[in-house]
Amino acid sequence: MEKKTGEPLIHFGVLDEVLDLCRANSLWPLTFGLACCAIEMMAAGAARFDLDRFGAGVFRPSPRQSDVMIVAGTISRKMAPAIVRLYDQMAAPKWVIAMGNCAISGGPFYYEGQYAIVPGADLIIPVDVYVPGCPPRPEGLIEGILQLEEKITHRGRLRKFR
Amino acid sequence: MIVALIGVIALVSVNALFLIWMERKVAAHIQLRPGPMEVGYHGALQTVADALKLMGKELITPDEVDRPVYLLAPIIIFLPVLVLFLVIPFSPNLIIRDLNVGILLIFAFSSLTVLSILMAGWSSNNKYSVFGAIRSIAQNIAYEIPLLITAMSIILMVGSFKLTDIVAAQDKVWFVVIQPLAFLLYIICATAETNRAPFDIPEAESELVAGFHTEYSGMRFGLFFLAEYTNMFVVSAVATVLFLGGWRGWILPPVVWFLIKVYAIIFLIMWFRWTFPRLRFDQLITFAWKVLIPLAFVNLLVTALAIKLF
Repeated sequence: MEKKTGEPLIHFGVLDEVLDLCRANSLWPLTFGLACCAIEMMAAGAARFDLDRFGAGVFRPSPRQSDVMIVAGTISRKMAPAIVRLYDQMAAPKWVIAMGNCAISGGPFYYEGQYAIVPGADLIIPVDVYVPGCPPRPEGLIEGILQLEEKITHRGRLRKFR
Repeated sequence: MIVALIGVIALVSVNALFLIWMERKVAAHIQLRPGPMEVGYHGALQTVADALKLMGKELITPDEVDRPVYLLAPIIIFLPVLVLFLVIPFSPNLIIRDLNVGILLIFAFSSLTVLSILMAGWSSNNKYSVFGAIRSIAQNIAYEIPLLITAMSIILMVGSFKLTDIVAAQDKVWFVVIQPLAFLLYIICATAETNRAPFDIPEAESELVAGFHTEYSGMRFGLFFLAEYTNMFVVSAVATVLFLGGWRGWILPPVVWFLIKVYAIIFLIMWFRWTFPRLRFDQLITFAWKVLIPLAFVNLLVTALAIKLF
């Protein structure tokens, strides 16, 4: 877990903590999938794994209303500007999860001299959590979202309001 | 009056918080999954977290929007909804103003929400928003007519626009027994009026991103959400008054009975949402003009004849 780099000028301690807790517990993902990892993302939202348990099951279709972008799949060079644009359209407290090897580093599609793939989502947008796997199982994605919650609240997993 | 206003605002917010949680739980259990579980007991605080998060989010105003209209739309969708609570009889005593045109006031003000949907869609300067707004207007105009006509058949039987009179007329038998067709038509039209699935084409996410509120972020979007769920409450409350005997019941106090009936109808509407697929636009409009409106007129004529004969 990373520490805060600088202390803010004015500190709204309690309010900040409450807001962070709320943000961590209602991470609405953007409805958006690029390749086969998106199938695993759908599985994570569906009956057996159910992302909604953690308040992260409200897949908003509009980038204005969503908090976390799950980059699920291979980013082709043609798709990259659209992804950047979607990221820019999201409202301010926003996070990115790079799901699967393709979104992390290009995966099996990256080799010397290739021209079609962006090798890694972090080359075009800031990524908060990496979920490895090809594709990662739905449990992997859930673990990634819980990691993101820890990153937002700066505290352990069991100390949320439960 | 100020006490009443505070009461109404408290009821509106608590009701919306509860309904959104209920919606997610109903959806989850219909789809065989637990739904929100981690935030509070069985996710009871989930909507509180969502609301606070929405308040803490950035409010984006895109460059090309029509600023005054864009900013006013979420407020205007919310104001008429508050007025509707003026005449709803929760119990014989718990009613803010017992107006003698109560039902007319409700229908007049509830159709104002269409205006703000048009404002939101048009001012966003986004093709999806405009499409959502246009669809919403076509749909609301089409479904308001059978809604009013079915309500007319009840008003013909009672002979009064006053909501307390309508409840008083149901002391022997609820109107749902005498007018089952009217009840069915009313529920269908009410679902369409509140823009809920299977009639949720104004915000059909697979075609129109998020419909008329595509460009709204943060609490502005939250207000649209709040208005939708409050509209659901009002529509169900009117259905309770018109067809289910309002506050009438045994043993329990009248307010409790009223709320039980209202939430039962809301549950029915949620059940529709999670079990029926969305209609196509032409199917929706055809259904309104070719099936619902003729049926509503037939129902009205039969009611009028029956009243004349007996």
